[in-house]
Amino acid sequence: MNSPLDLYPIAEKAPEAAVSASGMPLERLTLDAVVSGQVGPAEIRISAEVLRLQANIARAAGRDRLALNLERAAELVDVPQDIILETYEMMRPGRLTDPSLLSERAEMLRRDYGAHAIAALIEEAVAVYGRRNLFRRRY
Amino acid sequence: MTSAPRWRRFDEWDSRPLRRDQFAVEDSEAGFATFHSPWDPAPSAQVENGRVVEIDGKLEAEFDILDAFIAAHHLDLDVIDEAMAMDPAEVARMLVDINVPRERLERLARGMTPAKLVSVVSMMSSLEITFAYSKMRQRRTPGNQAHVTNAKDDPLQLAADAAVAVALGFDEVETTMRVASNSWANAMACAVGAAVGRGGVLFQCSIEEAEELRIGMAGFTSYAETVSVYGTEPAFVDGDDTPWSKAFLTAAYASRGIKARCTSGASAELLMGFHERQSVLYLEARCLCLQRAMGVQGTQNGGIDGAPLTVSMAGGMRELMAENLIAVWLGLECASGNDTRISESEIRVGAKITPYLLAGSDLICSGFGSIRKYDNTFNPSLFNGEDIEDFLALQRDFEADGGLTPIQEGDMRELRMHAIRAIAAVFDELGLAKVPEAWMLSVAAASGSQETESFSPGEVARISGAIRDRGLTALDVVRALERRGFAKEAENLLMMLRQRISGDYLQTSAILRDGKVISALNDPNDYRGPGSGYRMSDARWQAVRSVRDLQTRAGVLERERRVDPTAAPWLVPKGEAQKGSDPHEVVVGLSPAFGNELTQTTAGHDLIDVVLALTEGIREGGGVPRLVRIRHTADTSFLGLTAARLSGSGYGIGIQGKGTAVIHRADRLPHMNIELFSNAPVTTLEHYRAMGRNAALYARGQTPEPIIVPVDGQALGARHHVRIAMLYAIETGLVIADAPPLGLAMSIGQGGTSA
Repeated sequence: MNSPLDLYPIAEKAPEAAVSASGMPLERLTLDAVVSGQVGPAEIRISAEVLRLQANIARAAGRDRLALNLERAAELVDVPQDIILETYEMMRPGRLTDPSLLSERAEMLRRDYGAHAIAALIEEAVAVYGRRNLFRRRY
Repeated sequence: MTSAPRWRRFDEWDSRPLRRDQFAVEDSEAGFATFHSPWDPAPSAQVENGRVVEIDGKLEAEFDILDAFIAAHHLDLDVIDEAMAMDPAEVARMLVDINVPRERLERLARGMTPAKLVSVVSMMSSLEITFAYSKMRQRRTPGNQAHVTNAKDDPLQLAADAAVAVALGFDEVETTMRVASNSWANAMACAVGAAVGRGGVLFQCSIEEAEELRIGMAGFTSYAETVSVYGTEPAFVDGDDTPWSKAFLTAAYASRGIKARCTSGASAELLMGFHERQSVLYLEARCLCLQRAMGVQGTQNGGIDGAPLTVSMAGGMRELMAENLIAVWLGLECASGNDTRISESEIRVGAKITPYLLAGSDLICSGFGSIRKYDNTFNPSLFNGEDIEDFLALQRDFEADGGLTPIQEGDMRELRMHAIRAIAAVFDELGLAKVPEAWMLSVAAASGSQETESFSPGEVARISGAIRDRGLTALDVVRALERRGFAKEAENLLMMLRQRISGDYLQTSAILRDGKVISALNDPNDYRGPGSGYRMSDARWQAVRSVRDLQTRAGVLERERRVDPTAAPWLVPKGEAQKGSDPHEVVVGLSPAFGNELTQTTAGHDLIDVVLALTEGIREGGGVPRLVRIRHTADTSFLGLTAARLSGSGYGIGIQGKGTAVIHRADRLPHMNIELFSNAPVTTLEHYRAMGRNAALYARGQTPEPIIVPVDGQALGARHHVRIAMLYAIETGLVIADAPPLGLAMSIGQGGTSA
C-alpha cells in the first residue's frame, strides 16, 4: 500500500492532482495564460481536494494536528471572502454581545457550505466564550 | 592619611554601549522569572471519559481559554499517561542523545502539558539546549528571513532592498509599515523586488490581522507570520483574539493556499501587563502547546518583541533557546527569533546568534534587518544592514550555514536599478504613479532613506489606497511586468502564486530552493551525530567562505610591492662586509629582500625613506652609519646581532623589509636585544630616526631614554598578519644559509623612480 507521502511534493510527484479550485491544472498556469487573460483570481485558488490531499500527506508524516487544520481549510475554500472576514471578526473578543449570532453563523456554514469541522470549532468557542465572559463590549 | 582614589576604569566602563542595557533582578511577583516561578503549576493531567479534565493543577471548570483549547486539541490521549509519568531527567537525556530518534521524542511531547515540557528543558544547560535544538529542528537545510522596510515606506527603496535581500540568500522577506495604510503599496513593492533574481522567496506583509488576510487574498503575499498568540487570557484578549479566532484565521489562510505560522515569545505577557506572576517560559510553553493544538505548521518564537526584556533577566538567552527547543520538539517549524536588538553591546549581539549558527534552524533569524537600523520599522533587529558582513564572517569562522551568501559590489549596482525600474514600470503601467529618473538614481545609490529623493508618505498613502480601492491583485502586477519587458520577474512572481495551487508549501518548515519546495517532509532533519544531518556541499562552502576582499598571495604582492622595473637598484653590493674598527660605527643590517623584492614597510613607508631616517638619526647621535646586506637569515634578532658583531662599536641595527627592527649589541644572546621595534604597522619615520640616534648614543657609551612606539590597542594581528605572513615568506625564501654579509652603497636619484 503506497503512502500519501510518496506523492509529495505533488507539484513534482503527482502534478495531475495539482488543480486549482476553478479546475485549472498547474501546468497550464503559465505566464502566457496570465497575459492572454485565461487566468483570473479564481484560477490561483487552492482546491478543497488538494487541501484534503495535503492533509492526508501531513497525517502520513505524523502531523495530525496540521492535517485537521488543512481539512478545516478545505471546508472554507468555497466560502466567499467577505463571509470569511466577517466570521473571523465575529469570533474576536468584544465584537458580539449575543452568543446566538455566533451559533447561527456556525449553523449557516454547516448548512450552506458543509463546513462541519469549522462549525464545531465555532460552537466550541461559543461555549467557552460564555463561560469566560467574552461576550462583552470592549470598545 | 588620604583615602584611596576612585579607579577610573569604572568611568570607562560607564561610557561603553553595554551600560545602556538594563539588567533586571529576578522577581517572580513582578513577572521577571525565566524558567521558574513559585506560581508556576507542577505538571499534572487527568483524563475522564476520554476528556482531559485537569491540566497542570487546574480543573476543567476553571480552564481559561488557553487551558480549554489545549485540553481539547493538544493532548494526545494515547500518549498522555506514558508521557506525564516520565522522569524529566530521563527525557532531557533523550533529547541530547543522538541515538534517540526525533520521532520518538515528538510522540512524547504530544502527551505533555506545558508544565511538563518546561520541567524537562529546565534541567538542561545552554549547551545541551543548543545541541538538542540541532537534533530536534524540523528541516535539515537551514534558512534565514529578512526585514525589508524603510522610514518613508518608499516603494522604490523597498523594491531595491528586497532584491538585495534575495541576492543575499534570504528565503523569506517580511515588511511592515511606518503608516499602516501604506500596506498595499509596501506589499506590491516588496513582491516585485523579491521577484528580481532567483525567485522562490516567500514574502509577508505584517499588518493588522484582517487587513493582512485581505492582502494575502489579493495574491501579494505568500505567507503570514504574525498570527499572534499569548500565554495568558487577558493578554490574548488585549491582543484582540482568542485561540478559536486564531485557529479560524489559520484555516482561512490555508483555504486560500497561503502558508501561515503563529507568533509567540517570552515576556509578551509581561510587556502587556498580564503575566499572572508566572515564568516567561511556562507562559510560552502554553503558547506552543496551543499552536500545535491549532494545527498551525510552525511558529515564530524566541522572545520576539519580548526578547530584550527576557535578556535583561539572568539566564534570559538560555530561556530563549529553551522556548525554541520546545517549539521544534512539538513538531513545529521554528523561525527562531534573533530579530530584535537585545543589546547595545555588539559582543552580546554576536554571542546571541552563535548557538543558532552552530545548531542551524528553519529560519535562523525571524527577521534579520537587511536595511539600516534607522530604516527598520520593526525597530532594529539583532543584526541589521550595518552588520551583514559581520554575520557573513561568522558563517565563515564557524563553517556554519546561516542561510546567507556574500555579495559583490558590482552585482548590486545593476540589481538595485533593475528592481527600481521594475516597480516604476508597474506603477506606470497600472496608472499609479510616474517615477522621475532622478528618484531612481538616488534610491539606487542610497544606503538608507535619509539619503533618498523619492515619494513622500502622502504620495505613498494615495498609491496604497488606489491599489486597495481598485482591487488590484498580484495577477495585475504579473501582467504589468510582462508588458513592460520584465518577463523574468513576472515568471518569478507567478511562481509564488503557483505554490497556492499545489499547496506543497503548506507543510511543516517549507521553503523554496531552486524553484522546488523543500520541507520537513522531503528534507527532514536526520541528524544522528558526526557525519550526519546538514553539511554544506563543497560548492556551498566555497560560496560561504568567499567573503569580500579575500587576501590572495598574488593580490598582496601586487599591492605591497610597488616595484618599478625601470629603476636602477639603490642598494649596490660592494663585496663581503668586514668587521669595522670605528668605535662610533653603527652597522645597519638589511634583510635579504630589503629594498629589492620588498619596497615598503607594513606601515606604508618607502624603504628608501626608512634607510635615510636611520642613517640621518645615527649621524645626529654622533655615529657613523654603515649599510650591510645580510643573506643568511631574515629573522630580526639575528639580523641585529649579526650587524652588531660586524660593527666597530659593537652596536648594530637589524631591520626586515616589512619594517620590524631591533637595536642589538654584540655580546647579547640573540633574543635579548637592546631595543625592539616589533610593531612595524605603527612605526613611523620619526621612530626610525630616533632608533638610529639611540644606537649612536649607545655606541658613545651613553644611556638614552628607550623609544616607546605607542600602541593604541588596535588588533594589529587581525589587521596585518595575513599580509605579513605572505610578505615574510619572500624574505625567508631568499635566505642562503651560509652566505656572508655584503657591504652596500646607497645609490639613489640616479634614474628610475622610488615609488
